[in-house]
Amino acid sequence: MSEIFGIPTQALFGQLLIGLINGSFYALLSLGLAVIFGLLNIINFAHGAQYMMGAFCAWFLLTRLGLNYWWALLLSPVIVGSTGIVIERLMLSRLYKLDHLYGLLLTFGLALIIQGLFRNEFGSTGLPYAIPKSLEGAQNLGFMFLPTYRAWVVVFSLAVCFGTWYLIEKTKLGSYLRAGTENPQLVQAFGINVPRMVTLTYGFGVGLAALAGVMAAPIYSVNPLMGEHLIIVVFAVVVIGGMGSIMGSILTGFMLGLVEGLTKVFYPEASNTVIFIIMAIVLMIKPAGLFGTQR
Amino acid sequence: MSVRRMVPIMGALFALSAGFAQAQISDSVIKIGVMNDQSGTYADLAGPGSVVAARMAVEDFGAAKKGMKVEILVADHQNKPEVGSSVARQWYDVDKVDLILDVPTSSVVLAVNQVTREKNKAFIVSTGATSDLTGKACSPNSIHWTYDTWSLANGTGSAIVKTGGNSWFFLTADYAFGHALERDTEAVVKKNGGKVLGKVRHPFPSSDFSSFLLQAQSSKAKIIGLANAGADTINAIKQGAEFGIVKGGQQFAGLLVFLTDVHALGLDKAQGLILTESFYWDLNDQTRAFSKRFAKLHKGAMPTMVQAGVYSALLHYLKAVEALKSDAGPKVIAKMKEMPTDDPIFGKGRVRQDGRKIHNMYLFEVKKPAESKGAWDYYKLRATIPADQAFRPEKDGGCPLVK
Repeated sequence: MSEIFGIPTQALFGQLLIGLINGSFYALLSLGLAVIFGLLNIINFAHGAQYMMGAFCAWFLLTRLGLNYWWALLLSPVIVGSTGIVIERLMLSRLYKLDHLYGLLLTFGLALIIQGLFRNEFGSTGLPYAIPKSLEGAQNLGFMFLPTYRAWVVVFSLAVCFGTWYLIEKTKLGSYLRAGTENPQLVQAFGINVPRMVTLTYGFGVGLAALAGVMAAPIYSVNPLMGEHLIIVVFAVVVIGGMGSIMGSILTGFMLGLVEGLTKVFYPEASNTVIFIIMAIVLMIKPAGLFGTQR
Repeated sequence: MSVRRMVPIMGALFALSAGFAQAQISDSVIKIGVMNDQSGTYADLAGPGSVVAARMAVEDFGAAKKGMKVEILVADHQNKPEVGSSVARQWYDVDKVDLILDVPTSSVVLAVNQVTREKNKAFIVSTGATSDLTGKACSPNSIHWTYDTWSLANGTGSAIVKTGGNSWFFLTADYAFGHALERDTEAVVKKNGGKVLGKVRHPFPSSDFSSFLLQAQSSKAKIIGLANAGADTINAIKQGAEFGIVKGGQQFAGLLVFLTDVHALGLDKAQGLILTESFYWDLNDQTRAFSKRFAKLHKGAMPTMVQAGVYSALLHYLKAVEALKSDAGPKVIAKMKEMPTDDPIFGKGRVRQDGRKIHNMYLFEVKKPAESKGAWDYYKLRATIPADQAFRPEKDGGCPLVK
């Protein structure tokens, strides 16, 4: 068997594929953050908590209402997204005129409160959530055993990411959104309800986080802290990609998943720091991020 | 009422209530600090449950009736050694804490052990696992109560090697505990004629194990030894099922699995796991009675061995303080070593010179879903490891206190 740096090529392919799977979670989460930051200028620190709420929502739908995974995939983003809308209307909308830091502080505080409440109620070990029947099992690819569910995660998140990118960059609705952040007064003068558009955008971003949460539920246990561990990494992804750049956050998400996957093979001890090392390097060379533009 | 006027009144109240204590008990209150992970990876297996167990011990000891004033403080060390040692300093120096109890996370255990020795107080570990605490890091101020990495390796490791699991791959949490557990298990595996094909050290805590599992899979080892704990173990086993580890003919050895982990995994995923514990709620009438009382106070959850261990340890500590009529750290620890132990959790036992508490360990197998009669009915007993064989022989640990 041929080898690359002492690792059999086949094993390496497996690891790259795993990296891609993790990357799709990074991409999906950082996408939501990028949408919210790009259009609202809010650094949404509650994103991790909202991801966790998505997973819990799926668990509730299954255990209390008997609604399966596919329903959760549909309903969870809507339910959690509407809590996001309430938050935006009641609190965030009052902060747009102030510095970024206020939004960051508010959402950070919200995240702590939400996580604390869930932890009090459900403990920290987590609750089980089974993989849906139709996605059980695995394919033997020759070089690795690929669980069907993980393959689904990659395909579905790719579709969602590029769908979102298309919606914002290529459609009329997207152009309203972008114009609304550029110059809200002018867009309002054309008869477009900008505050409502902003509210819905926040709801949409939060919904994306919840969607990622539902997809994560069968892989990781549904756990009040699941978002807390992930959110810092995802922020690093957004910073590396360039704050607010939608395509940047998608590509960086997948790319860093790959880099992390490789680190886990060659030097596993560093696998949770490698992203931050990359972030430091990128910030030194290109402070606006790989795909960002200096404002 | 001003603070200045309150002080003498409070002092008078203490003097009245603490008839027996007076000068020997420092500031006439025995202060116990329960330090553990209240909110993270290890919160369910110890956490608030350990505090419940400590309160039960104070009540069952009858401290109030005996006129002893006992106060319990709680702190969250967040599994960080620097947080643990600064809380310990604050407790010993400012709050006049006499005993620090429980303490999961071996790196924090070793840090607090150091501080306790420096301040000459008392330290009893129930949840932390590193066998170094009664080895090269042993101290006249510390006792290791419930179990340790050596006893886990000796129980689970040797049972698995003897039934044919002779090639191993380790998935190890990258800190003091994981390293100690891996080292102790590797020694047992090799002693019994097995071999270790590889190991990977994962960051603590980790949520994604797929990459590590793939490495374990390609090693072709028969046994994947999980030298980690809590949520890490749960996630590794859960994701292992996805990657067809067990279907592919490999087996997991959970080297430290708690009752709460099995509860979170569900019997469906956990069935067949072999594990070593020093306590299970359904062992005998006494453990059942204790556990049912505990569950009533702790959201219906049965106690883990380390929560039960906190109860047992504190009970013995209070007995020693009563006998000694003093709460001076090393004196109480010495008295605890001198007095035989006896409680509903572990039955009769003793504490060795190196600080190791000795009692039976048990090898359990997790039941199949069909065998379980309901929630928390999870284990069947495979073997009892008698107290004199369950722990590392005193002479092998390298503890300077043992002559």
